Amino acid sequence: MVNIKRFWSRYGTGYLFFAPFFLLFVIFTVIPVVVAFVTSFTDYNMLESAKYIGITNYSLLFVDDDIFTLAIKNTLVFAIITGPIGYLLSFFMAWVINQLKFKTAFAFAFYVPSITSSVAMSVVWLYFFSNDRYGLINNILIYMGLIDSPILWTLDANYIMKVIIFVQIWMSMGTGFLVFLAGLQSVPRELYEQGKIDGISSRFVELRYITFPCVKPQLLFGAINAIVAAFGVFDIAVSIAGMPSPNYAGHTIVAHLYDYAFIRFQMGYASAIAMVLFILTFAGGRIVMKLLSSKDE
Amino acid sequence: MSINALIQDKKMQMKAALHHFNIYWVLVYLAVILLVLFTALPLIYVACTAFKPMEELFVFPPRFFVKNPTTINFSDLLMTLGGSTVPFLRYAFNSVVITVFTVGLTVILCSMGAYGLVKYRLPGGGFMFSIIVAALMFSPHVTQISRYMVVNGLGLTNSFLGVIIINVAVAFNFFLMKQFVEQYPNELIEAARIDGAGELKIFYGIVMPSLKPAWTTLIVFSFTSTWNDYFTPLVYLSKQSLKTLPLALQSIAGGPAAAAIGTAGRVSAATFLMIIPVVIVFLIMQRSVMETLTYSGIKG
Repeated sequence: MVNIKRFWSRYGTGYLFFAPFFLLFVIFTVIPVVVAFVTSFTDYNMLESAKYIGITNYSLLFVDDDIFTLAIKNTLVFAIITGPIGYLLSFFMAWVINQLKFKTAFAFAFYVPSITSSVAMSVVWLYFFSNDRYGLINNILIYMGLIDSPILWTLDANYIMKVIIFVQIWMSMGTGFLVFLAGLQSVPRELYEQGKIDGISSRFVELRYITFPCVKPQLLFGAINAIVAAFGVFDIAVSIAGMPSPNYAGHTIVAHLYDYAFIRFQMGYASAIAMVLFILTFAGGRIVMKLLSSKDE
Repeated sequence: MSINALIQDKKMQMKAALHHFNIYWVLVYLAVILLVLFTALPLIYVACTAFKPMEELFVFPPRFFVKNPTTINFSDLLMTLGGSTVPFLRYAFNSVVITVFTVGLTVILCSMGAYGLVKYRLPGGGFMFSIIVAALMFSPHVTQISRYMVVNGLGLTNSFLGVIIINVAVAFNFFLMKQFVEQYPNELIEAARIDGAGELKIFYGIVMPSLKPAWTTLIVFSFTSTWNDYFTPLVYLSKQSLKTLPLALQSIAGGPAAAAIGTAGRVSAATFLMIIPVVIVFLIMQRSVMETLTYSGIKG
């Protein structure tokens, strides 16, 4: 009894602070995820009740489903390229813009892709990557004499992935950027002054020894966010290459998942895909956490 | 601040201003302006298209900028809106109520939760946090259906409460706040406690003001996603009088797939109007952070 009392006086307030969030989180997020996990071991078409089929979904996925293997390959290529580039670029831009005058205006312009609707986005990049000779990039290339006939950016399987990667990096930097910018605001100015007294003259040395250690929590957040976004790529791939894309060149894991969940209504199979995606993302997250936490030694 | 310190500060500022004016900085500004023009293209495009007259929409090859701006798209939009059974203001009201409560609640609950978890070093906290991060990584698509069953089971469909409450405890938002709370020095909390401040007072009066960059960023994220959210109201609100602006505008403009050339003007006008509140919120939030803390940046 005394122990409970002591425990409560020490942690009670903390649990009270935490409880409202966690309660809602369990009801509306944890329970649905657990249900999805259980569903992945069933055959469930949303009309009849679910039938337990063991690991059949998973073995089908890895043994018979060639398109899924392709989707994993595409997603990995995609994640390995867009994740790090988008991440580094958004941090670099936050760091540069933070040092400029009119930074609110610059920050806003940089954040625009994150606030405009996807319709507006797709129209803009279609203007760039249009398959006919009026598309901006084809137009420039033809004008410069580099190509004779327009490149079929969104139809030719050789180009689809490259276009998707480019557009994704362009569109997805906003979140990380804004978090980094906020992180940079929280670095105490005295540290920089102290650094100057200690003889730091290069801006990059300052970045390495003062800024990085101070914004580490934001760097970690940005990294996890970049991984989740890179592995979860879907909307952009579909609006660029269509669904299914030519030769499945732009087919990603989430596209596969969407196909089974909302077009074929095979929820069991879709849940199994989600579990595989989760494990991949989680593994990526672990690696990043290891990398970022060993950095400060 | 003494006069001397003030003078010193002015001198430093002038020095910084001078420092800004050299060829290196001019190049940096030029590069950033070019890049930023590029990232801002979607907005420029929407703005241009919203003011295009019908014949300019059909020009081939398509033209990016508007030549003869007109407001016909906006009046068209308002006419169709006026003709709908539910008054336009009702949709706007629904959107505002849902967004304000979702954003407010998520900021309060996520900040409180992160603060409680980190600063009280709760037993089991590490485990609960890894659940939250794991949930962040779980594809939201497959949980939609089981989530709907939960909400339906609680009898929360077709109510504002339902749409609001499911988007409050978001793992992403919690993770964001947690990362910032972690940076806040424990000594300051201890000092406040010794001075006799109550626990709530420490949180609202001392910790939260210092975390302004964090929660203003969260407000921007949460406002943007809730205000533009098409999916949640579509799934959970079937009563016409409860629907929100994105649903109303999309259906008037001809459905979500309306990239059709004829309606592009109206779609852009609608998008343009929808973006304005987001822009305002962004500018207010960012400016308040960047200006109050302008000296903590990396100038010099």
